[in-house]
Amino acid sequence: MGVIFQKSKKGRRGVTVPGWFKDVKEEIPSAMMRTGLETVEAGEVDVVRHYTALSQMNFGVDSGMYPLGSCTMKYNPKINEKTASLEGFANLHPLAGEEMSQGALRVMHELAGYLCVISGMDAFSLAPAAGAHGELAGVMVIKKYFQERKEDRKVILIPDTAHGTNPASVAMCGFEVKEVPSTKEGDVDMEALAQMVDGSTAAMMLTSPNTLGLFDRNIHKIADLLHAKGALFYCDGANLNAVMGKARVKDMGFDLMHINLHKTFSTPHGGGGPGSGPLGVAQKLEKFLPVPVIARRGETFSLDYDRPDSIGRIHSFYGNFLVFLKAYTYIRMLGPEGVREAGENAVLNANYLLARLKEHYNLPIDRICKHEFVLSDQDMPHGVTTNDIAKRILDYGYHAPTVYFPLLVHGAIMIEPTETESLETLDAFVETMIRIRKEAESDPELVKGAPQTTPVKRVDAVGAARKPVLKWEE
Amino acid sequence: MSFVSHTEEDRSRMLGAIGVKSVEDLFTDIPENLRLKDDLALPAALSEREADLLLKEAAASNGLSASFLGAGAYRHYIPAAVDQLTIRSEFYTAYTPYQPEVSQGTLTAIFEFQTMLCRLTGMEVSNASMYDGATSLAEAVLMSVRSNNRGRVLMSESVNPHYRDVLKTYAWANGLNLKEFPSEGGCCRAEALECELDADTSAVVVQSPNFFGCIEDLQKIAGVVHSGKAYLIVVVNEPLSLAMIKSPGELGADIVCGEAGSLGNPVGFGGPMLGMLAARGEFVRRMPGRLVGKTTDADGREAYVLTLQTREQHIRRERATSNICTNQGLCALRSVIYLSLLGSGLSDLARLNHRMAVHLRDRLLAKGFRRVHEGAFFNEFTLRYKGSRALAEDLRKKGFLLGVDLGAHYRDYEDCLLICTTEMNSPEEINALIEAL
Repeated sequence: MGVIFQKSKKGRRGVTVPGWFKDVKEEIPSAMMRTGLETVEAGEVDVVRHYTALSQMNFGVDSGMYPLGSCTMKYNPKINEKTASLEGFANLHPLAGEEMSQGALRVMHELAGYLCVISGMDAFSLAPAAGAHGELAGVMVIKKYFQERKEDRKVILIPDTAHGTNPASVAMCGFEVKEVPSTKEGDVDMEALAQMVDGSTAAMMLTSPNTLGLFDRNIHKIADLLHAKGALFYCDGANLNAVMGKARVKDMGFDLMHINLHKTFSTPHGGGGPGSGPLGVAQKLEKFLPVPVIARRGETFSLDYDRPDSIGRIHSFYGNFLVFLKAYTYIRMLGPEGVREAGENAVLNANYLLARLKEHYNLPIDRICKHEFVLSDQDMPHGVTTNDIAKRILDYGYHAPTVYFPLLVHGAIMIEPTETESLETLDAFVETMIRIRKEAESDPELVKGAPQTTPVKRVDAVGAARKPVLKWEE
Repeated sequence: MSFVSHTEEDRSRMLGAIGVKSVEDLFTDIPENLRLKDDLALPAALSEREADLLLKEAAASNGLSASFLGAGAYRHYIPAAVDQLTIRSEFYTAYTPYQPEVSQGTLTAIFEFQTMLCRLTGMEVSNASMYDGATSLAEAVLMSVRSNNRGRVLMSESVNPHYRDVLKTYAWANGLNLKEFPSEGGCCRAEALECELDADTSAVVVQSPNFFGCIEDLQKIAGVVHSGKAYLIVVVNEPLSLAMIKSPGELGADIVCGEAGSLGNPVGFGGPMLGMLAARGEFVRRMPGRLVGKTTDADGREAYVLTLQTREQHIRRERATSNICTNQGLCALRSVIYLSLLGSGLSDLARLNHRMAVHLRDRLLAKGFRRVHEGAFFNEFTLRYKGSRALAEDLRKKGFLLGVDLGAHYRDYEDCLLICTTEMNSPEEINALIEAL
């Protein structure tokens, strides 16, 4: 396939620019002028063919089932793309002024309101550009809260089932991470937790439902334990899809949370962004939210910077606005019943797959799951590993599940079907998984040699890291 | 509408296979008092046609005027092929390329992005993108602090005020000592910098062209910074400038960060933007974010893969170089396609932008605006006009957005406007603006 640089030939040109103002004298001193910038010289057709060919080497939700656990790869309705590309939004300059931005500000204000309704939180900031950015802003809010109370709390508790971004976000704000163990049944170990929570605990970050796809049955007790010691309770809401419309995060005792619009609210993942990770808080934390906050007076919306207790600004402007539009469109189309149905069917689909697959694969924790569940490669025959299974799944035209995460399950295979997969698709996936299990018994080399049908065969990641080549050179 | 395709029959078959009676039975792990009895108080569901109408109405209630605004978000013409290719759903409905065998499209494009960003900035290594310019600056500073273990950062006040605000937020959270140093005549004063530089200074942050539009003497600044064994971080707000003026890399920058969004991405009310982070080779293992490397597959064919992942949070957890996970992949793809289409035309476009800015400045000077700075600028400049706020308001009513009010950000810049022009302003539009004055 190659890279675009290999298709470059001097003298070709894709796009030309207007020849305006040729008689105006340029004013950049020659010592400052750039020379010798290397560029790609290709015709429009060359560029179009190259990127079309690259797209054909990719797999998206539109290509087939994408059961990547904890990433909620649901179908992205096409209307979202249409509304987000309307000229009145796409070409709106962020500094055009409030008078010229009323439509945009209204959408933002309403979207924040919908997220409050869905989560029970009292206020949302849409500024964080991704889930991890929302976490970071959330940990900053926690820091500010205790700073204002003049309490020196250094520790944030994180269960071993948490996303890797949680501890990284905590470390970026100078807190110390302490890991809370889970029980064999996948809940937080309450005895261990009771020992750990004390006056130095600033907060606990819990992914809910957790990365085993389980709803912690002691959620209220955890909240009470933390609150009794004056600590805050943070919800990593990446898995909100499982409980949306069925229960509200704030009712569970959480004080703040982030939501991933690119997961729960169907905005496309874009091959790794742009996402959006709004931060929601209970009332006592509202004044700490990042600036600006969208304020409303009657039917007029404005950007409020007069927030003396705010953690400050966290984005060049107001967050990933065009992503907000997609989530907004989606929520308006779903309505209250649709939101509930999405949550219910996500859980139904996951439990259906779990029920059918547990006969064929090791299931470390067998109980009703939420949006996802985790299998193990523990009793696979002939040394077939999770990685082999994942690569063989690619051969059958599916994306692979999330693998080797969470770490507490041996060779974890984390499967999240989402609500938008039909029964026929789920059944076909189950049949494929059963077939791979049989292949592992009868022809393990086939599985270990997978994938065979993909655009490239198994890629050497170790070699890439040994002597990194990170840019093209002739 | 929930985009669920199950029929009632499907559902009862599935419940049967699970061994429960109703969907409700799948939620019994949530304590009963937490389970909602009623549907949420959200607006009623809309058909696609109604949603389309609603959003069109909201879009129309924004005013689209003839805009001469830049200040960190630059409008440029986006060739049709950029949209046509980016909307291919194999690109935009995929996620982070964890499975390289079915993600070569995304991976190859990121590798191309890294290469193009290195070429533009004059740096040796670039990551796969950051959220936006402001957070890329914050991450650049954190990377610098990690690299030389010094806790103090100096920043020119001519850096974009929004970026400075974001850096203040991150510096507070990380316990860094951040100090601003003044500019004079629109540029940093190397002497002021020299006074501030000490043995605990990790990095010095300057922007070029800076927030006033002025091109900084990076070479001179680099000399001062390096004499104090600190790193020079250069912020770029308008990447198109790199096609006309010398790259920060050629002039001594150690890290280049900022915004690459104007390469093929719409301004979109300020997001998504496209943060960039490029640096000299020695920083590679301390970089935040994704990196794509070249390798081979089992048949020995060329292939691309996410690499040096031991820096990242899913492996290193709290000892990771950053928490960044999802970045701005699709925006990076847009910029790669844009740069491939433009080729050396990028320089033509940069020069056109510059000529337009010179032309507009001269016509505004003829209308009574006054110069504020003497130095060279690219496509954005500062002018003073007595009563500029009233003038801007008057022009807004006539359909023109003339510049950003610098008085809102700087005490000494009362009555000053930061004015930008690009090829999105046609010659006729510039004439109309001048006539409206």
